[in-house]
Amino acid sequence: MSDNKIIKIYLYTKFERFWHWLQAAMIIILLITGIEIHGAFTLLGYETAVEVHNFIGLSWLILFAFFVFWLFTTGEWRQYIPTTKKLFSVIVYYSVGIFQGKPHPVQKSPGAKHNPLQRLTYLALSAMLLPIQMTTGVLYYTWNLWGGAAIPLLSAMPLLFVAILHTLVAFMLLSFLIVHVYMTTTGHSLFSHISGMITGWEEIYETTKVQEWELPARHK
Amino acid sequence: MENRKISNKLSILNQLIIVMLFSLFYLGVADAIYASTETQGKNIAAQDTNREDAPGRKFAKQAVKREHRWITTDHSKHEALKKDFMSGYEITKACLSCHSEASSQFHKTIHWTWLASENGGNLDNKNISTQDNKKDRRYGKAGYSVNNFCISSNNMQDKACLSCHTGWNGKNGEVNCLKCHGMSTFNYKEAFEDIKAFAAETDDPESKEIMKEIQAEVKEAVGKIGLPQRNNCGECHFKGGGGDGVKHGDLDTSLIKPNRNLDVHMGVDGKNFTCTRCHTTTNHNIAGRIYTNPAVEINKSLLEDDLAPKITCVSCHSETPHKTASKMNDHTNKVACQSCHIPEFARVNPTKMSWDWSKAGKVKDGKPYSIVGDLGKDTYLSIKGEMIWEKNVKPKYFWSNGSQTSTTAVDVIDPSTVVKVSQPVGDMNDPNSRIFPFKLHKGKQPYDKVHKTLLAPLLSGEKGYWTTLNWDESIKIGNEMVGLPFSGEYDFVETTYVFPITHMVAPKEKALKCVECHINNSGRLEELTGFYMPGRDKASIIDSFGWLAVLASLAGVTLHGLGRFFTRNGNGKDK
Repeated sequence: MSDNKIIKIYLYTKFERFWHWLQAAMIIILLITGIEIHGAFTLLGYETAVEVHNFIGLSWLILFAFFVFWLFTTGEWRQYIPTTKKLFSVIVYYSVGIFQGKPHPVQKSPGAKHNPLQRLTYLALSAMLLPIQMTTGVLYYTWNLWGGAAIPLLSAMPLLFVAILHTLVAFMLLSFLIVHVYMTTTGHSLFSHISGMITGWEEIYETTKVQEWELPARHK
Repeated sequence: MENRKISNKLSILNQLIIVMLFSLFYLGVADAIYASTETQGKNIAAQDTNREDAPGRKFAKQAVKREHRWITTDHSKHEALKKDFMSGYEITKACLSCHSEASSQFHKTIHWTWLASENGGNLDNKNISTQDNKKDRRYGKAGYSVNNFCISSNNMQDKACLSCHTGWNGKNGEVNCLKCHGMSTFNYKEAFEDIKAFAAETDDPESKEIMKEIQAEVKEAVGKIGLPQRNNCGECHFKGGGGDGVKHGDLDTSLIKPNRNLDVHMGVDGKNFTCTRCHTTTNHNIAGRIYTNPAVEINKSLLEDDLAPKITCVSCHSETPHKTASKMNDHTNKVACQSCHIPEFARVNPTKMSWDWSKAGKVKDGKPYSIVGDLGKDTYLSIKGEMIWEKNVKPKYFWSNGSQTSTTAVDVIDPSTVVKVSQPVGDMNDPNSRIFPFKLHKGKQPYDKVHKTLLAPLLSGEKGYWTTLNWDESIKIGNEMVGLPFSGEYDFVETTYVFPITHMVAPKEKALKCVECHINNSGRLEELTGFYMPGRDKASIIDSFGWLAVLASLAGVTLHGLGRFFTRNGNGKDK
C-alpha cells in the first residue's frame, strides 16, 4: 500500500467547504451558549448568551436551507444513501485494523466521499438530529406565538418536552463533535483530513484511477 | 504535479478570502432577516428609524408629552368660601352649593362605605341597588374583612381607624371634601374645636378676637382647593396600618417627594406624576384595587380604549414595550411588568413584614414598654406584640389575575395551617394571569378555638386592648361590635396577607437581570413550579445521560488515540 503514490483529488467544492465550516462554527457557538443558558457555567452572561444563541440559531436555519438546496440541485444527496456494503469492514478497520497499520478499506472518490459508516452517521445527522434540533429550537423561540391556542396539537405539548428534546440532541451533537474532530486525525497525517476540508483537496492513495476531469487543472 | 501544487496554493488564499467575504455577506443578510422577524405584524415601532428608545418608552413619552394639567378656577375667589366657618360641615355645605352632586356621588364609593361587595363596590351597577350593596358586608373594612395588622375596624367603631375616614365625624354626617381636595395641611379638626371653645365664651371679647383669627386661618386654608395631590392620598394610603409604610411596602411617605430612582413615574426629577395620573376617576370612583375586584381586568392600550377605567403599564407602554427582537417582549403575556421593574420595595423607608400579636401584653415593672430596632422602628410594643421591619425587600411572586381572595371574620379556618387572610387569585394556565410581585406580610393573630374563625378584638379606646391589655375583654367587645359570636376561647394562629407591589417602579437600568430568575436553585421564581423555565429547570436524567455520553465519547477517542500512538499506526510508518 505504502508503495502507492499519494495524490490529491478535488473533493469538496467551495460551497461545500463554506457550508461545512460555517455550520461547524455555528454548532460550536450554539453548544457553548446553549450549555450556558442551560446553567452549566457563566461565560457571556445569560442575556448575551440567549441573544447570541437565538441569532446564530436562526442564521443556521437559513444556512441549512441553502445546504438542502445544494444537496438536491447537485445530486449530492446520493452521497448520503445508506449502504451496508463494506460497513462491517470499516467498523473492523477502526476498531482493529487501524492499530495494525492496515489501509482503510474504502477509498474516497468524488462519487463516494463518505465511507459507509460516514454515510450512516451523516444521514442520521442531516436528516434526523439537525432537523430535530432546528424544529425544537424554532418551537422554543416562537413559543409565545402559539403557546396559547393557535395550534391545538402543539399547545397541548408542554415546553418541557421541547426543552428536553432540544437538550438531549445538543448532548448528542456534542458527542458527535468530539468523535468527528478526533476522526479527522486518522488520515495519512494528523491534519490531512482537516486540510482537505479547508482546501478542498483530499489526499488519497493512487489506487483508483483518477479521471481526467477530476484533476486540479479543471478547478483552477 | 508541479502544476497542481501551484494551483493548490493559490486557491487556498483565494478560497479563504472568498469564504470570508461569503461569511460577511451571509451574516449581514441573516442579521437583517433576524431583525425583521419580530418587527412584523402589529408592531408600529418598526416603522420608526429611531432605535434609541424602545417602543414602549416612546409610546409612553408621547402619551404624557403635555405635562401640565390646568385648572380653570381659583377657589380663593369664590364667594361661597369667603365665610367665617363655625364647623367642618359648613365648609362642605359651601362646596356643595356649587358641586351639587359631589356628596351623593361620593357616598356611593368605597372610599366612603368601606364596603366592597361581590359586586366590587361598584355602586354604579344598575342591576344591583345601592341598598342591597350596602347590606353586603362580607368584604370591606366596614364589613367582615380582617387583616393581620390591626385586624379589624370593628364595624367602624374603632376610633383610631376612623381618622382615615373621609368624613368630618367618622362615618356619620357629611363628606370632608378637604381630605382629598384641600391643598393646605391645615389642621381643621383642631381649629374647629378651638373655635367652638372660644365661641362658647360669648362675653369675653378677647376670645372672640382669637376666634376670628382662627376663622381667618380656616378661610385662607379653604381657599386652597385642587385636584388630589400625593399627600392627600398618602395621608391614608402611605400610613395604612397605623404608621408610615406599615402596610403596603410600595406605598409610604417617601413617595411624597420621590426621586426617579425610587419611582420613575412619580419622581419629582422625572415625570412627576400624581397618584391620579394613573388612578383615574369617574363620579368620584377612583380606579384601583378593591378587595375581590381585579385591579386590572384587561390590559389595554390607550390606543384601544382611551377611556379605560384605569391607566395601567400597558395603557401607555403597549404590550410589547421592549426593543424589537428582544426576548423580553415574549415575557409580557406571562410576567407582569412589575415583576422585573420593581426589583425591591421599601427602598427608602422600611416596611413591616411580620406582626406577632401573641407576644403582646408583656410588661416591665407593671408598665407597657417598647423596643426600637435597627431601622428606627418598634420591634416590640407591649400593646402590639413583636414586629419585624425590613428595607429593600425582594418581593414574593405568585400567579395573579389581579384579584385577591380573603378570609373574613365569618370564614371557617384550619388553625393547623398558616391561614391565608388574603391570597392572590391566579393560575399559570389562565391567559389573564401573570407572575406578579407581592409583599407577603406574616402575622400571628387571635382566632376562636371553638368556632374556628378569626377574631376582631377592639384595640383603641378605653375598653380596647391597647388600654387594657386584656384579650378576653377586647375580643368580646370587638366581636360584638362586628356582630359575630365569640365562644370565649381563643388562641393565636399564623396568617399571611398579600399586597400587590405595583408602585416604586425603578428606572429601566435597575430592572432585574435574567439570572435573577433564570438560574438553578437560587432564583426568585424558585417556588413557582409546574412549568419549564430555561436556566432554572432541567431534567436530571437527560443531563446525566447527556454528560455521560459526552464523557464516554471523550474517553473513547482518548483511548483510541493512545492505542494508535502505541501501535503501528502511531509510528508514522505509513507516512
